Amino acid sequence: MAAIEVEGLTKRYEDVVAVDDLSVAVEDGEIFGLLGPNGAGKSTLINVLCTLLAPSDGTASVAGHDVRSAAGAVRSSIGVVFQEPALDEELTGAENLAFHGRLYGMSRPQLRERIDEALDLVDLAERRDERVGGYSGGMKRRLELARGLLHRPEVLFLDEPTVGLDARTRRDTREYVRQLNEETGTTVVLTTHYMDEADALCDRVGILDRGELVALDHPAALKASLGGDAVRIAVDADPDPVAERLRQFAWVDRVAVGDEAVHVVVDESDRRVPALVDAAAELAPLTAVSVDRPSLEQVFLSLTGRAIGEAEAAGAASGSSAGDRERESGVVRSAGDRDAASSASRRGDAESRLDEQDAVDEGADA
Amino acid sequence: MSYRRDALAIYALWRRDLLRFARSRGRIVGTVATPLFVLAFLGFGFSGARFASIPESVGYLQYLVPGVLGFTMLFSASFSGLAVLSDREAGFLKEIFVAPVSRTAIVLGRTAGATTTSLAQAVAVTGLAVPLGFRPNPLGIPLALAVLVALSVTFIGLGLALASQFHDSQGYGLVVNFLLFPLAFLSGAFYPLANLPLPLRAIGYVNPLTYGIDALRAALIGYSAFPLWLDLVGVAVGATVTVAVGTALFERVEAV
Repeated sequence: MAAIEVEGLTKRYEDVVAVDDLSVAVEDGEIFGLLGPNGAGKSTLINVLCTLLAPSDGTASVAGHDVRSAAGAVRSSIGVVFQEPALDEELTGAENLAFHGRLYGMSRPQLRERIDEALDLVDLAERRDERVGGYSGGMKRRLELARGLLHRPEVLFLDEPTVGLDARTRRDTREYVRQLNEETGTTVVLTTHYMDEADALCDRVGILDRGELVALDHPAALKASLGGDAVRIAVDADPDPVAERLRQFAWVDRVAVGDEAVHVVVDESDRRVPALVDAAAELAPLTAVSVDRPSLEQVFLSLTGRAIGEAEAAGAASGSSAGDRERESGVVRSAGDRDAASSASRRGDAESRLDEQDAVDEGADA
Repeated sequence: MSYRRDALAIYALWRRDLLRFARSRGRIVGTVATPLFVLAFLGFGFSGARFASIPESVGYLQYLVPGVLGFTMLFSASFSGLAVLSDREAGFLKEIFVAPVSRTAIVLGRTAGATTTSLAQAVAVTGLAVPLGFRPNPLGIPLALAVLVALSVTFIGLGLALASQFHDSQGYGLVVNFLLFPLAFLSGAFYPLANLPLPLRAIGYVNPLTYGIDALRAALIGYSAFPLWLDLVGVAVGATVTVAVGTALFERVEAV
């Protein structure tokens, strides 16, 4: 049985279509990611699935119950962690959980057992009797995860579970989600606009843009749809003979020259890079080697023609996009000119964003 | 099963209100201090004043205490109803609405919590009025408690109805100035309605607080402007109307 079945779902606000004729099925026990920019309709979809919003059209069922005709049964079967914290800050961690458990009909002994267990799972046992108002952002998030699971839901919804958290807490939260899914078998549906998050965590990813599902597959398959990895070999000599030599490998897809470097597209770069480097080094001194694997960011770009950041900025009146400015100042790295020049410039934009992301991660770790 | 769950949910909401109330020292002091100030300032300030419509045997402080109790219920219960808006702002309303609990149970839970805390305030105010010279009739206390509960329920219903009309707590100030203060002053809490010109008096006659305070006077000091049966009917009608309207409007409140 599918944990979630959605058929032709539409949610309209006065003059905006937030979710447009969407159909999707989520399998039992999987971690399913909904990926898309802010405003793509992810949260609206989640709110419809957890019965906080009524659909305008179409049907949706969660754990076998229709969200319209059996809202009560749906509510009993789901746990939700909202985008914004939804805790009572005047109460302690344990009291917040107890409040929740009672709303889900738990008896006192059951409550005591589950609360201890849940707090242990998210490492909050020692802070259980402190007021939530004094918790850090990461602790609040963990408490909400514990709360979402307290009543053993069949499906757990996580709406942007890591937004607003520092890089380390974000990684920890992901680890908790994965662990919870493995240990309890709970189906997890999460929304995110972090590409790396969807990639690292999800069994399947649905890409949402302007209320429509534009792709649905395993992250690896989505990325494979873009072709192989881009290898850039920078040389301190004329790159043309090197390019000529590398073209002779049967497993090389494409070779291009530019920017005092040779750009090669191959599958399974891990295995192929040594051979490429050896061959290139025979002809010219190498100054740099880099490998750029396709990311979901690029999948989004290729599906929608916009980088995820651009899609979020769409509508905001700005003279030039961030990408344009970066290109003018020469910041963009031409890591992957695997395709036509036009898309290469857009990809540069996408990658510089990812690089920024990594830089932030590293900075926070240090 | 569902009854048991609703009962547990009502208990959870009630418990939450009590915990929050007990933790917030400022709220405890504030909610008791305000009526006490009113009581002390008006009680001393007007201690020698005479109202033609009140018999001479009823001192002003005796007259004032039931009025201040009604005033206390009006403010504390209305704000508890309006607290839905604070919960929405804190995101907590979603946590409640996404749970498998009926809206009726949510209303009942909130009512139970707010009524308990409001009653505690009323009892504290009454207790503190005794050193000031207030002498209630002990036999009337059970009836007074029943009336206080009815008033609390009435104004929680009013608060819920108001909460469903505003999207955030920005509207609190408007409510206080244009609704709660007029209701308080047009209820006979501080002076007899008979002193007011007819149009204002007319508003007082449709104000449930008028009948509640008059019933409290009947119970606690043995004086009332209307017959007790009329007071009780007025209180019952007021509670029924505001609870019905408040619950109906609250059913339609969306968490997002």
